[in-house]
Amino acid sequence: MFRRLFNVRLRAQIVKELLSILRDPRSRLVLIGPPLIQLLVFSFAATLEVNHVDLAVYNRDTGRASYELLAEIGAAGFVNRVYAVHSPAQRRALIDREQVIAALDIPPDFSRNVAAGHTATAQVILDGRRANAAQITLGYLDRIAARTGAELVPDSPGARDPTVVRHWFNPNLIYRWYIVPSLSGILSTIIALIVTALSIARERELGTFDQLMVSPTTPFEIIVAKTVPAVLIGTVLGLVMIGAAVFVFGVPFRGSFGLLLPSLVLLILSMVGIGLMISAISSTQQQAILGAFAVAVPMVVMSGFATPVDNMPRVLQWVAECLPLTHFLVIVQGCFVKALPPGVVWGQAWPMAAVAVVTLGIAHVVVRSRLG
Amino acid sequence: MATLPEPGAAPVDAPGIEITGLTKRFGETVALAGIDAEIRPGRLTGLVGPDGAGKTTLMRILTGLMTPDGGRALVAGRDVAAGGDIHSITGYMPQRFGLYEDLSVLQNMRLYAELRGVAAASHDAVFARLLAFTRLAPFTSRLAGRLSGGMKQKLGLACALMGQPQVLLLDEPGVGVDPLSRQDLWRMVNELTGAGMTVVWSTAYLDEAERCGHVLLLDRGRLAFDGPPEKLTARLAGRSFRLEAVSGERRAVLAEALELPSVCDGVIEGSGVRVVLRRQARRDEIEALASRSGATVVPVAARFEDAFVDLLGGGPGGTSALAARMEPVTLADSSPVVCRDLSKRFGDFTATDRVSFEVGRGEIFGLIGPNGAGKSTTFKMLCGLLKPTAGEARVAGHDLRRAAGAAKSRLGYMAQKFSLYGLLSVRQNLDFFAGVYGLDGALRRERVAEMIEIFQLAPYLDAAPESLPLGFRQRLAMACALMHRPPVLFLDEPTSGVDPLTRREFWTHINGLVRRGVTVMVTTHFMDEAEYCDRVALMYRARLIALDTPDALKHAAATAECPEPSMEQAFIHHIQAADREDEATTRSASP
Repeated sequence: MFRRLFNVRLRAQIVKELLSILRDPRSRLVLIGPPLIQLLVFSFAATLEVNHVDLAVYNRDTGRASYELLAEIGAAGFVNRVYAVHSPAQRRALIDREQVIAALDIPPDFSRNVAAGHTATAQVILDGRRANAAQITLGYLDRIAARTGAELVPDSPGARDPTVVRHWFNPNLIYRWYIVPSLSGILSTIIALIVTALSIARERELGTFDQLMVSPTTPFEIIVAKTVPAVLIGTVLGLVMIGAAVFVFGVPFRGSFGLLLPSLVLLILSMVGIGLMISAISSTQQQAILGAFAVAVPMVVMSGFATPVDNMPRVLQWVAECLPLTHFLVIVQGCFVKALPPGVVWGQAWPMAAVAVVTLGIAHVVVRSRLG
Repeated sequence: MATLPEPGAAPVDAPGIEITGLTKRFGETVALAGIDAEIRPGRLTGLVGPDGAGKTTLMRILTGLMTPDGGRALVAGRDVAAGGDIHSITGYMPQRFGLYEDLSVLQNMRLYAELRGVAAASHDAVFARLLAFTRLAPFTSRLAGRLSGGMKQKLGLACALMGQPQVLLLDEPGVGVDPLSRQDLWRMVNELTGAGMTVVWSTAYLDEAERCGHVLLLDRGRLAFDGPPEKLTARLAGRSFRLEAVSGERRAVLAEALELPSVCDGVIEGSGVRVVLRRQARRDEIEALASRSGATVVPVAARFEDAFVDLLGGGPGGTSALAARMEPVTLADSSPVVCRDLSKRFGDFTATDRVSFEVGRGEIFGLIGPNGAGKSTTFKMLCGLLKPTAGEARVAGHDLRRAAGAAKSRLGYMAQKFSLYGLLSVRQNLDFFAGVYGLDGALRRERVAEMIEIFQLAPYLDAAPESLPLGFRQRLAMACALMHRPPVLFLDEPTSGVDPLTRREFWTHINGLVRRGVTVMVTTHFMDEAEYCDRVALMYRARLIALDTPDALKHAAATAECPEPSMEQAFIHHIQAADREDEATTRSASP
């Protein structure tokens, strides 16, 4: 009898939570809009590769070496168009107007120096306003110069022997292979956080929380009832992202789905705990949403999505280790391209489980203390 | 004595507000259907009417927040629809004044002074005058969010008076304000009108309307009455009676009286029943009823409320379809609500100090007191929303500390805001509340269907609760609170801001339930409502200072100047007596 009653009350609350999320046009928009935008932005717009670059060349040399170098540059995949300029003023104007990102300046003695076996130098002028792309362009140009030099003077001691780098798992370094699977974790994190952060605060603002508290339901049931819909919605969103990675972007999935899915659920559970904690201590929805963002933004930044955790100061590395997202990113990237073995997945999963237990426990205590 | 801001320069004879043929519609709904009225300065004008009558729409048009569809409104000679600087001559206090809760009293005042363009050099002088006027000077550094309902209203009034307006518009300033603070508000408003200001006070409380110099009564967008309240009350002369010394169950007598064709309206008043006869109706039927129930019929002076209900076509009948369907409550316990030495402390602050009382089965027990007196805290402890620091609270025989779940499944709770889930439809709300009280399967379907039938909710099942008319929202809230048939019902200011007709319907149901043995605990700021109770507990400064029947409380407050005090006067009397007693103890304790 007690068992039955427990289920009825819980069921009613879960249905109520799902309805209040899905019936509200604004929260439907929050659920569908940002994931779609992030998918588009991160997959198509935000990329660390540099492509379609326009260059200027101020060539004062007429020899073979400069001809070879320019032919290589002209044929490079990342170059869109090469402008030949005939004066420093013209070169400067192209950079100023952002028509080119870099200008190559080849001095008159370039070919002569190469032929004589000396070191030949050419100058590259970069547009510092686009620092990131310019630096990558410089790297590409550097490699082309080295290769051309090696071809022109195969035996010269000064010519560098270019190292051949082979990247495992993602040989072509396709940026989307990395971004799109990670998005599943980031989106599930943010959605689970927002949905739960708003849930108790919304009820408190509308006065329905008191109504719930005078009913025979227990704080434990309230927590469970608010956890289940968030886990459902977060998991569905995460799976949509994983599906998009596999079927839309063609990222190879070499690992085990059976390991990835429980990891996703663990990630969401731990975020639900944090969201409920925020919600239980906020008295308005505004406070809750600010609280959620105050947690979500640093969490994404420190998770290793944008910068490698290994490059952070030691203290921040410890903090990063405590973030569930950090561990999930390792798992999801591993499950896609590396076929991560179960042992490694478990090594990353248990910290998420620990965070989930702690945060859900605290949320439960906070809700219960609201009665006292 | 506090002084008020200097009045505007308007000549006293010219009308402060002139309204001609004003209309406003929202889609299909006609909010105002051609209003013509004049509002004069120097006297308080009450704007009254049931929910949805168009009071707030009219207020918003007068402040220039809304443009009328037709007709014209002149405020101090200027057309409000023409825009311009209408705000510089009007002060407006909306229902929930836009105070910034995280700013202090003084910061709020400074903000409004700047918004109103009060010269910075004169700030201090203006603030000092307004603080003295509203008696808020001791609280200038307190956050607005920490003020009591009454003090918030006073601060709102101070902010509305900032630019020295000629016309002051107050939208339901008395809602959620205890009698003490309300008395203060009246004093302030009377001083303002005395100095020649035009003041409009919109209200759903008719005792407030009765105290206005002039009343505009709106009904479904039309002006149903325009004149001094006594004129409307005079029409009712000889139609108001009180059935005194009712020997049997007075709620049964009321229910019976309301079903009589000759009776237009009736309410419980202390130990008696007050009835109003229909126009040209004879006394025969109530005389017969009185003799059956051993009561005597005494003519009483008509009240504005009687006239109001009569003008709107009379109150609802006395039979509650809800109570008719309820099985009588069988509780072994003769005191379903008990508290013993109940205390609650928040840090150093004692909100409730050793309060003890018992509520009998089938009793309506009122908990009243000024804002901050601890009645809410006590109430919350009894329905399980707060844990007591010390003492014992039992509901339906279950200790709230040890068996909170069992106690909670035996109580129903209805709060002033009708806390329903706005994102869920009416049916989904019903389903949810049935489920959360453990009703399942066939029983749940049966109870939900029953509530839909009793409260005639069928046309609204897919609507959002917010879109319902107030009366139906109240019915839905009752349905949700009562589906599990609780033997004990907690009502937290259930009719705050609700018009008299909706309020009567509510009490018809409550009276019906009580006759079936349901026990009711109610908190209220509305002193007429305290009269509906069997016993009233008056709390002040965390303590219980009086506990008795409404009649006894009134008797105890009778003085030579005021031989027959109203409930509101009795309330103020008891509180002042407690203050004097406290002073005496402090004096004798510290020589």
